[in-house]
Amino acid sequence: MAWLKSLTQRRIFWPLVALAVLMCFNLFFTPHFFRVEVKEGHLYGNVIDIIKNAAPFMLLALGLTLVIATKGIDISVGSIVAISAGVSAMLLGGDLGGVPKNPIAFAMIIAVLVSVLAGMWNGMLVSRIGMQPIIATLILSVAGRGIAMVATNAMIVWLYIKPFAIWGQGYIFGLPVSIFVVAGMFILTALATRRTALGLFIEAVGINPTAARFAGINAKNILFWVYAFSGLCAGISGLIVCSTVMSADGNNAGLGYELSAILAVVLGGTSLNGGKFYLMGSMVGALIVQTLTTTIYAFNVPPEIAKVVIALVVLIVSLLQSFNFRSMVAGLFGKKVVA
Amino acid sequence: MKSLIKIDPRNLPVLVTLGLLVVMWIVGSVSFIGFFSLQNFFNLFIDNAYLIILGVGMTFVIITGGIDLSVGSMLAFSTMLTSSLLEKSGWNPWAVVPVVLASGLAVGLFMGYIIQTFELPPFIITLAGLYLMRGLCYVISIDTIGISNQAWQDAAHAQFNIIGNNFVSLGVLIALAVVVVGIFISRSTKVGRTVYAIGGNEQSAILMGLPVARTKIMLYGFSGFCAALAGIVFTLYTLSGYALNGQNMEMDTISTVVIGGTLLTGGVGSVLGTIFGGLVYGTIQVLIVFQGTLNGWWTRIAIGFLVFLFCFMQRLFEARKTKGKKEIKAATVAAEAG
Repeated sequence: MAWLKSLTQRRIFWPLVALAVLMCFNLFFTPHFFRVEVKEGHLYGNVIDIIKNAAPFMLLALGLTLVIATKGIDISVGSIVAISAGVSAMLLGGDLGGVPKNPIAFAMIIAVLVSVLAGMWNGMLVSRIGMQPIIATLILSVAGRGIAMVATNAMIVWLYIKPFAIWGQGYIFGLPVSIFVVAGMFILTALATRRTALGLFIEAVGINPTAARFAGINAKNILFWVYAFSGLCAGISGLIVCSTVMSADGNNAGLGYELSAILAVVLGGTSLNGGKFYLMGSMVGALIVQTLTTTIYAFNVPPEIAKVVIALVVLIVSLLQSFNFRSMVAGLFGKKVVA
Repeated sequence: MKSLIKIDPRNLPVLVTLGLLVVMWIVGSVSFIGFFSLQNFFNLFIDNAYLIILGVGMTFVIITGGIDLSVGSMLAFSTMLTSSLLEKSGWNPWAVVPVVLASGLAVGLFMGYIIQTFELPPFIITLAGLYLMRGLCYVISIDTIGISNQAWQDAAHAQFNIIGNNFVSLGVLIALAVVVVGIFISRSTKVGRTVYAIGGNEQSAILMGLPVARTKIMLYGFSGFCAALAGIVFTLYTLSGYALNGQNMEMDTISTVVIGGTLLTGGVGSVLGTIFGGLVYGTIQVLIVFQGTLNGWWTRIAIGFLVFLFCFMQRLFEARKTKGKKEIKAATVAAEAG
């Protein structure tokens, strides 16, 4: 049984089990859940849909994982998604003939740059002024949506530019383009944090910023760039959201995304207390959240009621992470938990 | 009695907020005809009564160093429950009010219990509460429920003249009552003392033998109760229940608390400050309406900017206060390490 023990001790094990359980449930109760067809030259089916819809959350979760690893939080990512979508839509323009006002690449780069700036603003507040992360990012989460609405003149901008749609709706090798974007970002982030000492530095800052500073780590800069990176991820996520629905709605784009993304990170095994992070876990976490949502929809439950289920999942996962809860449950069975 | 000239630095943020409010009113009165009137001032309370009630509950939670993200959804749930019980079940209004208030209290207490007993972050648990209550709104109904109950209509349209023909609504009276209770609890009761003690240093509060766990659970209950009451006031304001009410209102509430001078690190803050914060929030909206060309979304940008300004100011005060301490601490740590 040694192999089983080593397997269960891997951090990625439990998130994967949760995903597998959800999948099994669907296998039995949702007809045609796993059916994948080839339509119009690409794969089509529930599973593909899950991957496609999870892409924006996966990007957000990627940035948030690093932020949470430093014992921080970024609740402004939903608003940054709206800003990024708004900026790109305004630069492209709602021309009915599909002629963009500015080159598409230019619009996308500016949108991402603005998002990185937004992230840097957060980073400056946290690292230089020393505000608590939740307050620092609260500012942008309140003001950001206003900025997005002002940028789009408080109108929903519809886009008719075909080539731009590829990011959210296109397919390569039968798979959604967005998932390749996610994969690319994931690989880059994983390499940067795990093949260099950067990941260790981030974790060190999360455990004890003062100690990290004495160990020669520039804690302030690490914090600053982690938030900037979260802004970058949110910006790319905003482009995909905008391209998927081909419109930018400053009011609703990315609404509540920060909560789903935080949930994905926590489900993936990254503790909100900082000091440890699991990028792969966060990716699986985002898939779990999306699979759960899709499953609920498959039962014809109104989308909003799905929130009740998600709330219960958050509650259960949090309880399982609580030492007090585990000792309480173990107490019921007459066992003692070793911390 | 404290002398009036010597200002306690703790009261400084509240005074800044009050000053800001006065300046905004002077600017508005000079720039726009018809801005300066007693009724316009009362309207500020009428339009923001629910926000003030939410703020009172939130202030206590934040002073202990916690946070309650569920208030916006709780308000929406309360409007849905009220309108559905009145219209669909045909309940007597006198039965509806206690049931709705009890539901808010119960949800708040439950969240507080989980946060306290299992030592979980308030942020996550109240986030779950946010989702849960929003979802439960849709379980009641997906559509707007209009309230045609006669007693409720009468209460909503009631006007209480204060000076001359200037009036306030029933919601304002309820809000003021909550404010008075809030100020009384925070200043003159054991619970109030315990709240500040927990925010100052929870460990010390426990060692002093204060009922920390009980107080914290009670405060989340109180915040839930305030949110339910705010929902009832909201139905008096809109005469309907709708599941999308109060989206992002938790952020607005936290903003008014911060603008009111309450520190999010806990330990410092006042209910009175929160009222001023709510009034500043309302005044920005009124100014933008009077200005006419800016769209309403500038309110959010202005609020975001104010939150930044106040947090920045608070950080400066803190930095000045702890600078001396920090230098000693760093020296000690360095000495120990070396």
